[in-house]
Amino acid sequence: MSLAYYPGCTLKTKAKNLEEPAIASMEVLGAKLEEIPRWNCCGAVYSLADDDLIHQVAPVRNLIRAKEQGGNELVTLCSFCLNTLKRANLLMKENAEKRNTLNSFMDEEIDYSGEVKVVHLLEVLRDEIGWESLAQKVKLPLRELKVAPYYGCTLLRPREVAIDSVENPTILHEFLKALGAAPVDFPESARCCGSYQIVSNPDDISGYAWDILSSALSRGAEALVLTCPLCDFNLGRGQEELRKQHSEFKGMPLFYFTQLLALALGIDPQVCHFELNYPGPESLLREKNLLSRGGSF
Amino acid sequence: MSVTISPKRLRREFVRKIKELSGQNLQLCYQCGMCSGVCPAVSNMDLSPRQIIELARLGLEEEIINSKTFWICASCLACTVNCPRGFDLSKMMEAIRLLTLRKNVDHVRPEEISPEERRTLPQIAMVSGLRKFTG
Repeated sequence: MSLAYYPGCTLKTKAKNLEEPAIASMEVLGAKLEEIPRWNCCGAVYSLADDDLIHQVAPVRNLIRAKEQGGNELVTLCSFCLNTLKRANLLMKENAEKRNTLNSFMDEEIDYSGEVKVVHLLEVLRDEIGWESLAQKVKLPLRELKVAPYYGCTLLRPREVAIDSVENPTILHEFLKALGAAPVDFPESARCCGSYQIVSNPDDISGYAWDILSSALSRGAEALVLTCPLCDFNLGRGQEELRKQHSEFKGMPLFYFTQLLALALGIDPQVCHFELNYPGPESLLREKNLLSRGGSF
Repeated sequence: MSVTISPKRLRREFVRKIKELSGQNLQLCYQCGMCSGVCPAVSNMDLSPRQIIELARLGLEEEIINSKTFWICASCLACTVNCPRGFDLSKMMEAIRLLTLRKNVDHVRPEEISPEERRTLPQIAMVSGLRKFTG
């Protein structure tokens, strides 16, 4: 199985630990993630203003690249990219007036009307591979690892692009169970981490991060699993400040879902780039005997 | 809070622009406060999301523009998916931001972002931050 794949900017630099374990894992699962040619930044956020069409050009161009490849699906790993591409796709599908304007503006491109389906890798695992098949491929079950699934915002909102139930999402829970880990439910699993406020109001971020991390900790979680590089930054780098503010807080490792996937599939841990995780998860993984195969980072 | 309402203070053009940019019908809101209840950032705001809607439909431009609420909003869409009236407040917050940004008044000055931040922040933070806070 070959899947058209859109990486996005952050995965090529700061979040290699999200991308590389995904590519390696999908190969083990019999699927090749084929990066679409000439992709560009999706714009990171969907334009919410009715008259702002120029910012739809970037995501739509990527959808056109995918259409040119002949596939009917485009896979993403970053939940920001998923949201922006999926909403732009919906606009092109459902709004004839704006579709015509955008197609006319991009007269060097083929016409596009929402033919490509934008999906997140978690949806591929759930709908195309299946949790049972995934579980059968697991070589190193993540037994005894208590992980809080953190969905954040962009996988679930707005409703029309959600990859799961908005009110009661279970896709990350099911994913963790397939890998043998124990999902730890907590009420803040879809609460915003502060997002791009890190650029303008960095001081507010530690409050958001504390609400999320302390809630997961109080329910017995040893780590958090997430899909978004910005959530990872706000909840991870912010822990330095949290340790100063809350003496009882010792830190909580965060994992990209693809890192846990690769680990469970028995892939060399070096592919997971755990050295890019902050705080480092090494001691937790050693404690749980989850580094015994590959040995080191 | 108390505000003075009068025809003299009503900025019809401001209300019209918000409606046009957001595509939202402000009259849908019945002030139940669900948006404020689910907003993770409400404690950092000076006006709650519910108050912003009410002030907007009263045309009280000054109160809104002087507030920091719409700069605190992270477009997480918790209000959007929980509104029992189907009002998309995230689009109204964007409209208010744009009414300032389109006058060439940036909320964040890119040159003031430190080299350390530029080095460490993920690209999606920089791109989304500059998209939301600069014109």
